[in-house]
Amino acid sequence: MLEKALRGSRGYGIWVAFLLLLVAVGFFFYLRQLDYGLGITGMSRDVSWGLYIAQFTFLVGIAASAVMLVLPYYLHDFKAFGKITILGEFLAVSAVTMCITFVFVDLGRPDRAVNLLLYPSPRSVLFWDVIVLSGYLLLNIVTGWTVLESDKKGVPPPAWVKPLIVLSIPWAVSIHTVTAFIYSGLPGRGFWLTAIMAPRFLASAFASGPALLILLCLILRRFGRFDAGDKAIQTLAKIVTYALATSIFFVLAELFTVFYSQIPGHMHHLTYLFAGLNGHHTIARWMAVSAATAVAALVLLIIPRARKNESLLALACVGVFLSLWIEKGLGLVVTGFVPSPMETITDYTPTGPETAITIGVWALGLMLITLLYKIFVSVRNEE
Amino acid sequence: MAPTRREFLKIAGFSAVGLALPFLPSLAFDQAGTPTAGSSSPAVQGPLPALKAKRWAMTVEPRKCRPDCTDCIAACHLEHNVPDFRNPKDDIHWISLEKVEHVFPAETHPRLPESITKLPVPVLCNHCENPPCVRVCPTQATFKRADGIVMMDYHRCIGCRFCMAACPYGSRSMNWRDPRPFVRKINPAFPTRTKGVVEKCNFCEERLARGILPACVIACKDKALAFGDQEDPRSDVRLILDKCLSLRRRPELGTGPRVYYIL
Ligand code: SF4
Ligand code: SF4
Repeated sequence: MLEKALRGSRGYGIWVAFLLLLVAVGFFFYLRQLDYGLGITGMSRDVSWGLYIAQFTFLVGIAASAVMLVLPYYLHDFKAFGKITILGEFLAVSAVTMCITFVFVDLGRPDRAVNLLLYPSPRSVLFWDVIVLSGYLLLNIVTGWTVLESDKKGVPPPAWVKPLIVLSIPWAVSIHTVTAFIYSGLPGRGFWLTAIMAPRFLASAFASGPALLILLCLILRRFGRFDAGDKAIQTLAKIVTYALATSIFFVLAELFTVFYSQIPGHMHHLTYLFAGLNGHHTIARWMAVSAATAVAALVLLIIPRARKNESLLALACVGVFLSLWIEKGLGLVVTGFVPSPMETITDYTPTGPETAITIGVWALGLMLITLLYKIFVSVRNEE
Repeated sequence: MAPTRREFLKIAGFSAVGLALPFLPSLAFDQAGTPTAGSSSPAVQGPLPALKAKRWAMTVEPRKCRPDCTDCIAACHLEHNVPDFRNPKDDIHWISLEKVEHVFPAETHPRLPESITKLPVPVLCNHCENPPCVRVCPTQATFKRADGIVMMDYHRCIGCRFCMAACPYGSRSMNWRDPRPFVRKINPAFPTRTKGVVEKCNFCEERLARGILPACVIACKDKALAFGDQEDPRSDVRLILDKCLSLRRRPELGTGPRVYYIL
């Protein structure tokens, strides 16, 4: 089936070439990072994780969201999703690939990455994250590909894939839970030290992932000669609505606990995040955009007439994605480090090369999505 | 650095204490093949017996510090080839001087006398009894020795910086770029690091192995720092700990810091 990715319209060719260019630019700057060291980024002694790890965290959520298609279809026989579960699985494959790439480009000594496996450390959450992420990647490649191949031959998928698909459901929850534990298990960082971290991650993942899927379905309908069906899209829209509402609720619950208890070690971080601290306002400005977009998107999604209007739905989905990207892909990681254990406020600003590498990895993921979706659409349209 | 008369007296004190624990060689240096023993001092014929302890600990008495003195920092950073980047972004340090309000935020209030708030407080890795940095390290490049010293293996570290997020004290530094051009005078007896690995205070385990007390302790002319076995009632640290109230940084986190402050 792979050859199907190679043939396409002119627009398809230009899009892939454009992504390739971005990947190449990112790779060029990665080579410079290898040469100079991670000091080429905006990270510092105080803010020692930045854009890379934040993207990783956000994308784990996108990857986990495939479960929102697989679960209704395979466990509840919700037929409308039958056409698009593979899209969810392929999205997961691309997202996990990006995750692993982001962790890799964040390593100070990538040449020693294999030490993770040579010296397995079961007490380290990062060790488990590597295990569950690679497992999830494998599961989704195998199930997505096998089901698509049977589709192509016009036969039902082999019996052995069903258990694997069912296994991928709890596995999806595990990848985001373990990723949340990276943060919530650290004693000294008040911002992350909260049991609601994993539920919050899952709620925001089930909003941002399906929102992206809706956008992808709308794009496929417009440019890809593939219609996911109104029922599927509208059901996804409801999932986004509930997940977004839950996600906002969790954040509010967090805010209440922190600001009503008024424990300074917890309060300072959230003040920095939402209002700025001692004149450091950059993140707070981003968060204002995030909060406003989330509320606006929620309003659009809650009103049935707006939700059923395709353009408004698309707008709402862009809003959900943007809002949660700011929250997780920018705010969550950096704020854990500010103020530092020494109570100093160090601003973090990604550098040009760092941004180029980040865009490069995203382009790599988008390219994977494009190629996999192209194969999917070609197979489906042959039937 | 050559052991001084005072060091010898201390060493004599240590050797008087019979300790059962075997000396654990440093993995880090074994792998590098870097010599860990051998004193260059003309005053010493052959290496001294290694200093051993059940639990190494340090006491810090900031009230004894002279204003503007940075001898401990200079000695440590010279001994361990710690680079000086002169900018906060790349900064690497093993020991530094901080204000009381930053070291003990929970104990700080507006009525503290200036004699306290103005004090320079030396901070370094606490060699925690229950170290989160060790727990999170995915390669065991950070590990705790039997004598309590929390060590780094610079040859195994992958530079993921999980340990930096986990340390509640900001004790760890990352080599964001090649440190070697920024080391003022390279001490050939101690390895330099490469870009991309994390480093921190090692309680001078390389000196202990040669029978010498930590560089900062020796460098402090005001005896603000003391070092010894906290399980040994006759050690320098116990002589101090046994007679007054000592503070540890953020004890509520359960990390069990072994650097004690007397204020
Ligand atoms: S002070 Fe930080 S680096 Fe040192 S042992 Fe404790 S947690 Fe680890
Ligand atoms: S940076 Fe090195 S020492 Fe720290 S957790 Fe990662 S591998 Fe371990």
